[in-house]
Amino acid sequence: MEQDHYPDALLRRILREVRTIAMVGASPDWNRPSYFAMKYLQIKGYRVIPVNPKAAGTEILGERVYASLKEIPDKVDMVDIFRASAAVPPIVEDAIAIGAKVVWMQIGVRHDEAARRAEAAGLTVVMNRCPKIEYGRLNRELSWGGVNSRIISSRRRLEARR
Amino acid sequence: MSDRPNPKEPGFSTLAVHAGATPDSTTGARATPIYQTVGYVFDDADQAASLYNLQTFGYVYSRLGNPTVSVLEERIAALEGGRGATATASGHAAQLVAFFALMQPGDEFVASKRLYGGSITQFALTFKKFDWRVHFVDPDRPENFREALTPRCKAIFVESLANPGGAVADLEPIAEIAKKAGVPLIVDNTLATPYLCRPFDWGADIVVHSMTKYLGGHGNSLGGAIVESGRFDWFASDKFPALSKPEPAYHGLTFAETFGDFALTMQTKAVGLRDLGPALSPFNAFLILMGTETLPLRMQKHAENARAVAEFLAGHPQVGWVSYAGLETSPYHQLARKYLPKGPGALFTFGLKGGFEAGVRVVESVEMISHLANIGDTRSLILHPASTTHRQLSEEERIAAGVGPEVVRISVGIEDADDVIADLDQALAAAARP
Ligand SMILES: Cc1ncc(COP(=O)(O)O)c(C=O)c1O
Repeated sequence: MEQDHYPDALLRRILREVRTIAMVGASPDWNRPSYFAMKYLQIKGYRVIPVNPKAAGTEILGERVYASLKEIPDKVDMVDIFRASAAVPPIVEDAIAIGAKVVWMQIGVRHDEAARRAEAAGLTVVMNRCPKIEYGRLNRELSWGGVNSRIISSRRRLEARR
Repeated sequence: MSDRPNPKEPGFSTLAVHAGATPDSTTGARATPIYQTVGYVFDDADQAASLYNLQTFGYVYSRLGNPTVSVLEERIAALEGGRGATATASGHAAQLVAFFALMQPGDEFVASKRLYGGSITQFALTFKKFDWRVHFVDPDRPENFREALTPRCKAIFVESLANPGGAVADLEPIAEIAKKAGVPLIVDNTLATPYLCRPFDWGADIVVHSMTKYLGGHGNSLGGAIVESGRFDWFASDKFPALSKPEPAYHGLTFAETFGDFALTMQTKAVGLRDLGPALSPFNAFLILMGTETLPLRMQKHAENARAVAEFLAGHPQVGWVSYAGLETSPYHQLARKYLPKGPGALFTFGLKGGFEAGVRVVESVEMISHLANIGDTRSLILHPASTTHRQLSEEERIAAGVGPEVVRISVGIEDADDVIADLDQALAAAARP
């Protein structure tokens, strides 16, 4: 379960610059992790657009669900993948096609070849991480649960965005 | 040198002072404030629901989490090189809450037979009431752990440096055995502290502490901690349903799925502390936190003094043997050099040629050293286990734990070593008088 290393500065930049996130594999079930993450990211000021063919046309947390990335009418900055690793390559192709700048794969999701393909197309890739957890860690909220944030700082906690 | 295993990471002493403790976000207070508080306001009903469902991070009620306590938790996690930690009211509570996450009724685990006497009693007698069974083995032959494992075993438990005998566990092969069996290796790192030994570097999965001892370090606060490495795969088998299966108490949330590599840290709070209840007091957390800031300095002095005292005792005519692993005559000398290169702690036993009577006389004759049942204090402490802490064990169990009738335990403090030695010298002289 060793994780790849992503510098904090890179993660901070992604979380600062991104506004709209398409969440592929977003679940309408309120007790699924994707629902938690979507709700949390909304609270933090991101627009999250759910993608899930089984729930297409319905709404999750006030946002219309699309069957695929290509159907989303709005500009998407980041694609967050809540799917099995094997399902990643076509999602990455779509992410490139719709002009997303970041592909982020959730904890346990990793596809090195698709990542290389996205990077070659100029996208930034993060794998095997959760944006909710990284946001919480970098803003020291994860510390509230006794989690090691690896942040040493003599500055007050100021949230990156609201 | 090994203070900085990864050049990109802060060194150990920096972590001891800073990890987890950024200035207070509201006031800018630089030292961590004591949040002597129980409840935390909700913004609205929706946020309250999110907090209760563990969908968002935040404080609800201090039995589950408190702003002073969580600073300490993060500090201990950082010092151990772990992913997260849960603080508890005592070391014993840490063991209870850790096993509560791993065990179901009818489950078993394998433990070293060289443990703190209170842990032997907790495991062998009190845990039985949960229908948990322990198999004790001699840790000096790591294969013993493998041979004692049964399909119902959910963990292997050892003390890195054992209380009170100074035995050093051969962590690397024991971790390998645990890994092959698909169960976590739990290491009680109380006596070594992460300054002297970091069990995660040798393959351990969970570390527990009695912070009452060296981490707090001043004999003023009970406390315990559970630290997780973040490397154990809870989904690799069906052995750990509390982590890998939906939790009915949280609407079917699965801890390992939702929280990944800090699943145990969340489970031990959201279920363990919530339902068993042994949360650490914020005031104790504050005092222990202050203790951790000087941990490296104190452990250096503890280790240096322990060596001087052990050498004095080893050369004393009334002393039959000294169990300090820093002596070349110790059977644990090589293991100590491998796992505790900065010194094998400051707690050890010695045997008096005069037996039980001499042991009682020595502990009654010391003047500066305190005769009491604690360890890991700035003050030097002494105890005759056979007449106190290990009294409840059978003679057989006492011998197995390394505390026969002639055994005296000393926890060497951070006074001037000469003064500790002088006090022992006069107490030994008093014991020799007819
Ligand atoms: C090695 C060890 N583990 C656990 C404990 C229990 O800790 P506490 O007294 O904080 O419950 C002790 C206490 O002496 C100990 O020495």
